[in-house]
Amino acid sequence: MITPNEKEKPRPTRREFLKSSTAVVGGVVAAGLGTIPAVHAAGSDEIRVGLIGCGGRGTGAAEDAVTAAPGVKLVAVGDVFKDRITDCLAQVKKAAADKVDVPEDRQFVGLDAYEKVIASDVNYIILATPPGFRPQHIKAAVAAGKHIFCEKPVAVDGPGIRTCFEVYEQAKAKGLGIGVGTQRHHQNGYVATMKQIHAGAIGQIVAARAYWNQGPIWVFPREAGWTDLEWQLRNWYYFTWLCGDHIVEQHVHNLDVVNWAMKAHPVRAVGLGGRQVRTAPEYGCIYDHFAVDYEYENGVHMMSMCRQIPNCADSVSEALVGSLGNCQADKYTITGPKAWRYRGENNLPYVQEHTDLIASIRAGKPYNEFKEVVESTLTAIMGRMATYTGKAVTWEQALSSEESLVPASLDWNMTLPVPPVAMPGQTELR
Amino acid sequence: MRRSLVPWIGFLPCFALLLWNSFGHPSQSEQASSAPSAAMMKAYVEVIPGTNVKFEMVPIPAGTFMMGSPASERGRLPDEGPQHKVTLGPFWMGKTEMTWEGFDIYAFSKNALKKSAGPSPEPDAGKAPDAITRPTPPYADPTFGYGRKGHPIISISHHAAMEFCRWLSGKTGKTYRLPTEAEWEYACRAGTRTPYSFGVTPGQLSQYAWFRMNSEDMPHAVALKKPNPWGLYDMHGNVAEWCLDLFDPNFYRTFKPLVPAEVPVLIPETQHYPHVVRGGSWDDNAPLLRCAARRASKEAWNQQDPQRPRSIWWLTDATFVGLRVVRPLEEQENLRNFRSLVTPGGK
Repeated sequence: MITPNEKEKPRPTRREFLKSSTAVVGGVVAAGLGTIPAVHAAGSDEIRVGLIGCGGRGTGAAEDAVTAAPGVKLVAVGDVFKDRITDCLAQVKKAAADKVDVPEDRQFVGLDAYEKVIASDVNYIILATPPGFRPQHIKAAVAAGKHIFCEKPVAVDGPGIRTCFEVYEQAKAKGLGIGVGTQRHHQNGYVATMKQIHAGAIGQIVAARAYWNQGPIWVFPREAGWTDLEWQLRNWYYFTWLCGDHIVEQHVHNLDVVNWAMKAHPVRAVGLGGRQVRTAPEYGCIYDHFAVDYEYENGVHMMSMCRQIPNCADSVSEALVGSLGNCQADKYTITGPKAWRYRGENNLPYVQEHTDLIASIRAGKPYNEFKEVVESTLTAIMGRMATYTGKAVTWEQALSSEESLVPASLDWNMTLPVPPVAMPGQTELR
Repeated sequence: MRRSLVPWIGFLPCFALLLWNSFGHPSQSEQASSAPSAAMMKAYVEVIPGTNVKFEMVPIPAGTFMMGSPASERGRLPDEGPQHKVTLGPFWMGKTEMTWEGFDIYAFSKNALKKSAGPSPEPDAGKAPDAITRPTPPYADPTFGYGRKGHPIISISHHAAMEFCRWLSGKTGKTYRLPTEAEWEYACRAGTRTPYSFGVTPGQLSQYAWFRMNSEDMPHAVALKKPNPWGLYDMHGNVAEWCLDLFDPNFYRTFKPLVPAEVPVLIPETQHYPHVVRGGSWDDNAPLLRCAARRASKEAWNQQDPQRPRSIWWLTDATFVGLRVVRPLEEQENLRNFRSLVTPGGK
C-alpha cells in the first residue's frame, strides 16, 4: 500500500484539513485509506497494477490502465491458465513495453492466483475474470485495502449480489476507490445525454427500450485431455455459474443505461427466452435469446431484448420515451420540442474510466461507483430468473435468492456436469 | 507521364491566380489532350464476378487543377493551403459511394450466387504475404440500423477499405483502389473552382447533398441527390469518403504552388490513423462539405471497441465514413501493388 507522504501533499483547504484531521483521529479509516498524494515526486504516487484475469477484457483493461495516466505500471498478473498470462503480457508490452514490470515470480497461475496478486505489492487491482468469481475476488481485494477497477458484471446470482452490496459498504468505510467497467458512464456522449435527460429534456420518462441483439461470440469446444473444470473455464461464456448468461454478461450495459436515466432499478420482471439455434454441446447451458418486460416502481416499463444469433436484425441501443420527447441514448439524440444532439468530441471511454479513477485516487478522494453496477447486474439477474422460470420475479426475490450457482470450492479434477438447460414453467425459482 | 501544363499560366501574377480561383469561374479546367487509350475510356458497369452485385464507373479525364482553397474561402481551415497545382492521369471513379452489397460479399460472403464467385479471402492476416484478408466479425452492428441495401458502407476502417479494394481487384482483374486525396478533390471539383461544385455559397446544398441541415441525423441511400458536373453523386455529404493518403496538415506546403505536382500522394505506412477522409457527411455542417475541406481519422472513431488490440477492420464510432473506389487507367508507379500495412496491435 502506498503510504501518504504528508510533506508532499498540496496545501489542503480548511475544509479538507478538517476532514483529514477527522480521518486521522478516526485511525482505522486513515489506515485503510491508502490515499495517494497528488504529487510529482518520483515514485511516491506510482500506481502499481495487479491484474486478475488475463483474458481479452483483462488484457484490454490492463493496457488501458497503464496508458491512462503517467506513473502507472502493471506489476503482477494472475490467471488460471499460463497461456493466457503469456498472451496478455505480450499484448500489453506491445502497447506500452515500458509500463510492464512483471517478472516470472509475479505471474501467478492457478485457482488461487487471485489471492497471490492481491497479496503482492500492488495498490490498484483490476478484476477481469469471468463474473462468477467477482464477488469473492472483490471481497478479498477490499479486505486487503486495495483500490479496485472491477469489470462488469459483478455477480451471477443472489448470494453474489449480497456479497457485493456488503463489499460496497466496506469499501466506502475504508475510503477505497472502486471503478467499474460500465464505461458508458465515462463516455462523453452518454454523459452529456444523461445530463439532458436529468434536466428534463424529454419530460417524465414513460417507457424505455434496451437492446443487445447481435451475432454470436467465441466458443471453445471441448478438447481431449481437458477436465470438466478446464473446459468450463476456457469456454466460460456458456455456463451460467461463470457468465450469468448473456443477458447478464453483455446486456447489462443497456439495462444499466436505462437505470441511469431512471435513477432507479426495476422492481419486477417477466421474460420469455430460450435456446433456439445455439443447441450444440459446446454451447453449455445458456440461452441464445431473451425478451424481458421490466417494471420500475413508478410503473414505467422497460422492454428489454438480447440475442446472440447471426443473420438477424441487429441493434445495440437504448431508447427513452418521455412525456415531452424521445431520446435515443446510444445515438446521443433527443427529439421533440427540446431537440438536441451531442456534437462534442468523442473520447476513449475504456481509457477514461481508468484516468478518472486514478485521478480521484491521487487527489485523495477515490470514488466508488460500485453500487450502480451491482444494481444493474441484479437487474439482469432478475430478468434471467424470470425468463428461466417463466415466473414474475421481484427485486426482493432476486436479491434474497438462495440459489448459489458457483461451486463452494474448485478442484481441477472435480466432476462438474453441464447443468440442464432451464425450462420455463419447470425450472424452479430458488 | 501526361503533362497538361497550359504554358501561359505560369506567367500569371500570383494574386491574379488567387482571385481567379476565389471567384470560382465554373469554366472548363485545363484539360490535357488525352492519350489515345484515355480517349476510349467509357462509363461502364462492373458486375462482381459470380454475383449479381453491380456498381457503375465514370471516366474522369486527365488534367491539371488547383488543389486546396484560397485563404479567402469561407469556412476554410489552414490545412487546405497553400493552393497548388496538381496534374493527374485519367481514371474511372465510382458513380456512387460503394454500398453494402459489394462489401457484404467480401466480408461475409453474403450473396445468392456466391458459390460461383471463386475463392474467398482468408479469414485473417495472411499466411502468404500477399493473401487477401477479410474482416473479423464486427463488435457492433456496423449499419447501426441505418440501412443496408442501397446504402453506403459505414463504420469500416481505412485498412478494411484498402483490403476490400484489393479483394475487388483480385475478383475483377482490374485495379480498384481508394482515390488519392488529389484524385478525390479533382473529381469533386469536376472542373469547377468554387467551394462547392455547384457554386460559391451553400445555398443549393440541399439539392446536392445530405448534411446536417437535411439528413435527419442519418446517412441515406446513395444517388438520391443531384450529381456533380462529371456525373458523380454524393461527393458532397452523405458519408465522408476514405482517401488512400495519410493525413498531414502540412502536406500542401511541400509543393510549389505553380509547378504542378504530378500524382501527389502521401503514402500511408503502418499507423492506424490519421488517414484522409473527404467530402463531409450527413453529420456535418456545410463548410465541412466543401471540395477542399480535409478531415483526419483518429483513435476515438473506434472508442467503443473493448477488444485489445482494437479491431483493425471496424470502427464503432464512424457512422459517417464510407468509401468510393477509383480505377486508374494506368497505375502510378508508387502505388503499384501497394497494400495497407496496418497490423493488429499496432497504433
